[in-house]
Amino acid sequence: MTWEEFQRIQTRRSFFRQCACGVGTAALAHLLGLEGRTLAAILPRDNPLAPKQPHFAPRAKNVIFMFMEGGPSQIDLFDPKPALQKYHGQSLPESLTKDLQLAFIKPTAAVLASPRVFKPAGQCGMELSDWLPHLATVADDICLVRSMHTDAFNHHPGQLLLFTGSTQFGRPTLGAWVVYGLGSESQNLPGFVVLTSGVGTSGGATNFSSGFLPSHYQGVLFRSQGDPILYLSNPPGVTRELQRASLDALRDLNEERLQATGDMEIASRIAAYELAFRMQMAAPELLDFSDEPAHIREMYGVDKEPTRPFAVNCLLARRLVERGVRFVMLMHASWDDHSELNKKLKRNCDITDQPAAALIRDLKQRGLLEETLVIWGGEFGRTPLAEIRKPEEADNAGRDHHPMAYSMWLAGGGIKGGQVVGKTDDLGLKIVEDPIHVHDLQATILHCLGFDHTRLTYRHMGRDFRLTDVAGHVVKKLLA
Amino acid sequence: MYFRLHEPRILLSWKVESGYNRAKLMSWARRYSILVGCSLGVGAMVLASSLGSAAEPALPPPARERIDFARHVEPIFKAKCYACHGPAQQMNGLRLDQREAALAGGYSGAAIKPGDSAGSLLVRMVAGLEKGKIMPPAGPRLSPKEIGILRAWIDQGAVWPESSAPVATSKPAVAHWAFRPPVKRDPPAVRQRAWVRNPIDAFILARLEAEGIQPSPEAPRTTLIRRLSLDLIGLPPTPAEVDEFLTDNRPDAYERLVDRLLASPHFGEKWARHWLDLAHYADSDGYEKDLPRPHAWRWRHWVIEALNRDMPFDQFTIEQIAGDLLPGATVEQKVATGFLRNTLTNREAGVDREETRLEQLVTRVNTVGTTWLGLTVGCAQCHDHKYDPITQREYYQLLAYFERAEEDEIDAPLPGEIGPYLRALPDYRRKRQELLTQYNIPALQAEWERNLRDAAANPGRRLDWDFQFTSFRVMVDAGEKMLHTPLEERSERHQRRLTDYFIRNPGPDFGKDKELMGKLKELREKLDKLDAEFPALSQAPVLVENPRPPKTYVRVRGDYRRKGVAVEPRPITWLLPAPNDAPPNRLTLARWLVSRDNPLTARVAVNRIWQELFGRGLVLTSEDFGTQGERPSHPELLDWLAVEFMDRGWSIKQTIRLIVTSATYRQSSNARPELESRDPDNRLLARQSRLRLQAELIRDSALAVSGLLNPEIGGRSIRPPQPADLEKLGYANSVKWPESQGKDRYRRGVYIHFQRTVPYPQLMNFDAPDANVACSRRRRSNTPLQALNLLNDPVFFEAAIALADRVLREAPPRTEARLEYAFRLCLARSPSPRERERLMRFFNEQLDLMKADAKAAALYPAAGGADPAEGAAWTAVSRVLLNLDEFITRE
Repeated sequence: MTWEEFQRIQTRRSFFRQCACGVGTAALAHLLGLEGRTLAAILPRDNPLAPKQPHFAPRAKNVIFMFMEGGPSQIDLFDPKPALQKYHGQSLPESLTKDLQLAFIKPTAAVLASPRVFKPAGQCGMELSDWLPHLATVADDICLVRSMHTDAFNHHPGQLLLFTGSTQFGRPTLGAWVVYGLGSESQNLPGFVVLTSGVGTSGGATNFSSGFLPSHYQGVLFRSQGDPILYLSNPPGVTRELQRASLDALRDLNEERLQATGDMEIASRIAAYELAFRMQMAAPELLDFSDEPAHIREMYGVDKEPTRPFAVNCLLARRLVERGVRFVMLMHASWDDHSELNKKLKRNCDITDQPAAALIRDLKQRGLLEETLVIWGGEFGRTPLAEIRKPEEADNAGRDHHPMAYSMWLAGGGIKGGQVVGKTDDLGLKIVEDPIHVHDLQATILHCLGFDHTRLTYRHMGRDFRLTDVAGHVVKKLLA
Repeated sequence: MYFRLHEPRILLSWKVESGYNRAKLMSWARRYSILVGCSLGVGAMVLASSLGSAAEPALPPPARERIDFARHVEPIFKAKCYACHGPAQQMNGLRLDQREAALAGGYSGAAIKPGDSAGSLLVRMVAGLEKGKIMPPAGPRLSPKEIGILRAWIDQGAVWPESSAPVATSKPAVAHWAFRPPVKRDPPAVRQRAWVRNPIDAFILARLEAEGIQPSPEAPRTTLIRRLSLDLIGLPPTPAEVDEFLTDNRPDAYERLVDRLLASPHFGEKWARHWLDLAHYADSDGYEKDLPRPHAWRWRHWVIEALNRDMPFDQFTIEQIAGDLLPGATVEQKVATGFLRNTLTNREAGVDREETRLEQLVTRVNTVGTTWLGLTVGCAQCHDHKYDPITQREYYQLLAYFERAEEDEIDAPLPGEIGPYLRALPDYRRKRQELLTQYNIPALQAEWERNLRDAAANPGRRLDWDFQFTSFRVMVDAGEKMLHTPLEERSERHQRRLTDYFIRNPGPDFGKDKELMGKLKELREKLDKLDAEFPALSQAPVLVENPRPPKTYVRVRGDYRRKGVAVEPRPITWLLPAPNDAPPNRLTLARWLVSRDNPLTARVAVNRIWQELFGRGLVLTSEDFGTQGERPSHPELLDWLAVEFMDRGWSIKQTIRLIVTSATYRQSSNARPELESRDPDNRLLARQSRLRLQAELIRDSALAVSGLLNPEIGGRSIRPPQPADLEKLGYANSVKWPESQGKDRYRRGVYIHFQRTVPYPQLMNFDAPDANVACSRRRRSNTPLQALNLLNDPVFFEAAIALADRVLREAPPRTEARLEYAFRLCLARSPSPRERERLMRFFNEQLDLMKADAKAAALYPAAGGADPAEGAAWTAVSRVLLNLDEFITRE
């Protein structure tokens, strides 16, 4: 479908959808007279955000992507490499390091063995770091991938590749593709919501942009301070009653103009204002956690530091999914530990481990995990080699970017939990089993949602584009 | 302890020798990795040493017999190679069905080296000796015997008889409409001649008559003046301007209005916006760090001025692509090259500089391709264009023009800046030098520079300095060059840049000296103060020729790391040959673009003007005139306009005048239900289009009608208020948003500072492009976020209050008259009785409520010093008016 066709259909469709929801029935009557057609003749089966059927029966309906920006260290969290101990502090031979794409360090950098202790977790015995004690309690629900790889070794390009399938700008992101393909179940919330904690990300808004897809599909950032959605609150002094009265006047006047000009775009405008008003009503209820029992709040760590910011977002993610929001992206930044790895990594684990595990547990106990695909990971991993910026300071060491082999985990709809997929060599430099490129991950995510990734396309600049560019294979091993 | 380990390729090739099927290759690849896994064991060492020189045996031996090309070689090529390297397509530039082409090789260089089969890429590819690849990539591979035949043929001199090249050599004739020069035909004859105001109308009407469709009546005069004002200067007309037009009974009142608007200095602001979209103008670097670009505005200023002066489009083009190369180039002509400086810069400390550099060149080529040629040349970065006849080689030939240039900054004073600057300069230099000397900077900086140079020369020696150097290199453009230029040869600008950087980043050694750090901070503050007091010159980012340009190579599959064959600057010659004697520089490219014989440039340019005035181009895909683009709705009109545009000296204003004075433009935009199914997209133009305003114009309109607008033209960017902490979305809190103060808050949208990673939300909500790639046409979406933005954004609420205030001050003190005035301010027309009644009802309800609830009324800032309840009620009315669909729409 081209943008123009889309736009044309959408104008009518979104209007009639809103009409069907009890808004602007007067306008509908006008319109029917105006167009001289019956409702059934024009009323569409779908509209840009109405639920749509994918290519085949989906395993998951919703996605929660916990984007750990900056590249968490798989060496210290997910992929134990005891062999590194032996070479700690030494350089590796050139033949082993010559293919590495390193952002900061030289190939001669010394090996940095992880001080972490890894223990088998769950029935499956998956080895996880002692800094992920909470994740260990849901090990049987997650599928740990130790063989992710990507092409980009700098943050912004890496994030573009992870979310848009290309390091070029202007492509739609994963969340936008999913909402484009599936629509949204929510009548009064956006289909694609973005939540952030920590500092800003390298990719900024490009990580949740709709690119060349219509802007209905762009991620809507819920802010942690002030209005959750930009401009959600009325200006000071404008009460809900005044807002309603204003919207009523606005609707009547817009209907006058609709009658005078016959421009269906005005009908869409009326509908958009009504949806905006419903968002104003729905968002406070969404954000009001007072109906969450104490044990749930405790499980996430909503009321304590340092878990609070990420816990609030995890709990919010569950509430969004419950309310029909299709794609929730939680961004936590930054895991870019070039220095002081031990200190910074610990801190990020302390913030995120408990809430992330609680989210899995909570979704599961509500029966939502089966239909929600959860993904945790960053744009690349970190080197087994040390990066040392201040040689004189003990514990200053960090790790550089490592695109060739890193870890992520997935859980929920369509994913086979309690397993480890992929293997890296003894030094964690390269993948030796089941390499999974980010394009493969994207293809697999779309597969779980019922899409053949090669067929979810959009025509732009004379060709059909897709999330996986010209690559990507569904990784069967990940699937339940 | 060091080990020498084998390379994967060697192991693979060793295995290849004994029958190379894919499964075996894979198993060996895995085995190799396992070896790496236990790489530090002795076994691997032994294995490695035993395989040390095993490269050559991988190849099957050459056949022993004498090889005949036609009998032995050609059948192999035909069966296994021609599909991708034959007449239909030439992947990676290689063509094996023609002698000369085959011997010349592809983008990776020569494929066949006569006499050296083992060194010939052709043989290495079919034998799978090149990392990660084997040819053919699918289907049956070449057998060892076949490879042996190829080897023998090459070793025997690769004899290729002339007669064995039966295939046609020339490229198929270019048949696509847009690649043929436009032809100006006489406007067609029409029956309703009275309707025709100028030749445009004849083309439109002829088609309508053929379809049996009547054009729409002319729009009411209030609609016309509002349409013209919004289209030409991007601001709504004032009630006084409307009255003047309504009462002007002269026959040419409309044309006079057009001329007044074309002469307005706001014209440049409106028409610059579309050009900025194409150039993907922004006020920050983009990518992670997204540093501000404090001088980017200078080029925008140039664009606004050039458009206001109606600089001919050919000159407009030449100056922006190659202004610096014009004989005796003026400062303004150099500033024009800022068009090409809107490429993104990635300053992540770990970036590969070469990758960033190449990306910028690629963006320049793609932007020029979209902007002037209306072609998706970018497709040919990685491979020959799949749909249009642009080869990858041609792509890099275009890129070569830009690879000969480098970035620079120049003094670009605006009028009035030079005098005060020169008067103060000696004093400034003296004061600055005194401060630097006082803090011993020359000596400290010299030491710092030595350390940096040392780190550059000896990476890995001092890790802290390695890091310092890496950061320096990405943060200071051309910093390495400055660093290696001896002090006495450095320009004052460069020396100052280095000193300023040093004072802020004194490096790891000085960094430990607490006292010194304190001193440097003190110095920074003093220098900042000095700079603030000193009258500075505006600066401009420009492009200049590089005296020692690097060679340009085709990049195999677009990968910056894989250099293919070298190429020279050359335009796309099948489109239009380049003049023989012209130097291979940007000026030649620019002149080629605006040559009268270039079939694309004029068409693409007039189509965009049309798009601005009708909401869609005659060619809908204004960014793509190639074979995948949409065909023109009125091809003869497009050609007529293109030639007319050139005939009128490439005058943008005259072309706009021609279009807006047509009867076609003046039609009503009301929907035509009877045409809904026949012409849903209004391609036939039996009416005007009703168009939602662009993001910037929505802001401008609200500011204008409320009287808040600061009409100053040109100059620096502004940062209007935005929700607190929004900028924190930027990387690691590095983005700052110091809100503009005073009148600057109320400047037009075109001046809003565009921070690429955290753009101003109102712009994005209303479909402004993200400034990362060229944007030729914007979307017009219709979303609830837009509703929230207009309803609740403090900027728009402030406008509502100001509008109420203005109405109370300026209108006669009767509710009816006030309502009329407010309505006319916003929409240029008077309300209908029903509209009047509805607004009156709303006003009275609000007035009653506010009177009853003094507390509620008091929450509104008092408008117009009136009674608070009345002010509040008028604010509510104003807010409704500013949210009307019609208010943000040009009808």
